[in-house]
Amino acid sequence: MVVEFSAPLLEKFAEVVTRYPDGRQKSALLPILHLVQAEYGWLSVDAMDKVAAYLNIRPIEVYEVATFYTMFFLEPKGKYVLEICRTGPCCLVGAERIMQHIENKLGVKEGEVTTDGLFSWRGVECMAACGFGPVLQIGPEYTFYENLTEGKVDQLIDELKQKAQTK
Amino acid sequence: MARKLLLAHIDVPGIHTFDVYRQKGGYRAVEKALKSMSPDDVVEEVKKSGLRGRGGAGFPTGMKWGFLAKPEGVPRYLVCNGDESEPGTFKDRFLMTYIPHLLIEGMIVSSYALGAHTSYIYIRGEMMPQIRIVEKAIAEAKAAGFLGKNILGTGYDLEIHVQPGGGAYICGEETALLESLEGERGNPRIKPPFPAVAGLYGCPTVVNNVESIAATVPIVNDGGEEYAKIGIERSTGTKLISAGGNLVRPGVYEIEMGLSMEEFIYSEEYCGGIANGRRLKAVVAGGSSVPILPTHLALKTAKGEPRLMTYESLADGGFVTGTAMGSGGFIAFDEDQCIVRNTLNFTRFYHHESCGQCSPCREGTGWMEKVLHKIEYGYGDMSDIDLLWDIQKNIDGNTICPLGDAAAWPVASAIRHFREEFEWHILQPEEAQTRNFGLVSEGVMNPE
Repeated sequence: MVVEFSAPLLEKFAEVVTRYPDGRQKSALLPILHLVQAEYGWLSVDAMDKVAAYLNIRPIEVYEVATFYTMFFLEPKGKYVLEICRTGPCCLVGAERIMQHIENKLGVKEGEVTTDGLFSWRGVECMAACGFGPVLQIGPEYTFYENLTEGKVDQLIDELKQKAQTK
Repeated sequence: MARKLLLAHIDVPGIHTFDVYRQKGGYRAVEKALKSMSPDDVVEEVKKSGLRGRGGAGFPTGMKWGFLAKPEGVPRYLVCNGDESEPGTFKDRFLMTYIPHLLIEGMIVSSYALGAHTSYIYIRGEMMPQIRIVEKAIAEAKAAGFLGKNILGTGYDLEIHVQPGGGAYICGEETALLESLEGERGNPRIKPPFPAVAGLYGCPTVVNNVESIAATVPIVNDGGEEYAKIGIERSTGTKLISAGGNLVRPGVYEIEMGLSMEEFIYSEEYCGGIANGRRLKAVVAGGSSVPILPTHLALKTAKGEPRLMTYESLADGGFVTGTAMGSGGFIAFDEDQCIVRNTLNFTRFYHHESCGQCSPCREGTGWMEKVLHKIEYGYGDMSDIDLLWDIQKNIDGNTICPLGDAAAWPVASAIRHFREEFEWHILQPEEAQTRNFGLVSEGVMNPE
């Protein structure tokens, strides 16, 4: 996907770069990748190349970071990516059951996109909310849902479908 | 009621805003430190307090500050570690969500003590709501004159910036965090040089956990000696414990060091006992990395003394019969939980999160996951238990950073204390698919 960063997005980039000493603009890489992903839903090679050009670093320096951190998507995902904690404490209170339920409800396997393009889901590691499990989050603002039950998941998915229709 | 130093005002409506926080006595520590104390005075109070790093390692904070190199003309940095990712730990998320100004106040006091003029709060990227909250708190503090140029007319300048992570447990390790903050992959650095000498951008740097930085506020307000009066031995002050798993009331609790584990689990003031009328099977007291203990060793030490929530008591018996305070990520397992399955889960986590630099960790965590998977799904051999033991031993202590150790300890302790359950999985694979082993004391082995 070829991208053209908008003026407001470039303004945000410029603000981020001011947080670091001169010559240390590479520190802005993670915050900027988050901004790009929030805008486009994922990081295309073209988007990463343009980030590299903006920060005056080599494209490989962007790729190696984007591939290291699990929050960055290197291929298109659903409009809403449901990320369910799959680590120990959440599993003690039923996270595996919730993941199975989401798979059944959406009818797609982990990482796949529903045919309407609305949803993807995946298991992620401990989200630091172990007292309120099972938990899930939805980017780009990482809205947080806790103490999940099958009923709450159904309600959430229905709400998101409606939200997508009204927009 | 136990004294509360960090969460005293947590239930006050609007405490997340500057105005309410200020009304409740907030930012007094900044006024006191900047107007009436020298930076070295602040360091001295933190030393006297006996505060130990709340992120997991428990290293004395004042001593860590004392190591900071101060060459002329070179900037120094304070970096707050808000990458909270240790399974079982959720106290920093809680603190940043509900009382963010406590962190900002602590950051100002600590930055002043260290002579830092630019400080960063590294928050894991998934905590986008908390990033917004902390950024708002910074803006409010700045508007009120507690940040920026010439704070409170004292001539001290400070800017604080928030840096988001990208979803990597390893970035909770301080040198990996610094790499990440520099826009790199989160590969831990070889030490020495320690960050105190060459940290962020090669400059002297202190990295402290969110809770450690917050604790400097009561230390400055009341003095280090007052803080040290709370607790036992070298475990001073209060500690945030995040309790999860099969408890009646999971959540974040501020305890005075020295509370007994039994009281913490069963009393109405804290967790209220085990959920659904079940019995306690095991405890992970300090985050997934620390050794798991069966109930009898969790509640009492091998010497028969009550197990207390202190660094010393939790470590009593070493790793043979004890565990560690770690990050205060407390996980309770009821009698219906399967130790093999949980060990597999934790090991999968460490395999997933290994940065891949050191082969013992990169390969070993994957091997352990495969062997545990085999046992859990009914294809294990008795020799697999020894194989697991062998692999964990070859990881422990043989890696650049402690992630390798953190992956090895849960496996070692699970085998040490729950070997019968592993054997039962191997000897009774079909039965193990249909029910759980239960409590160790009641586990039914093959009657023949």
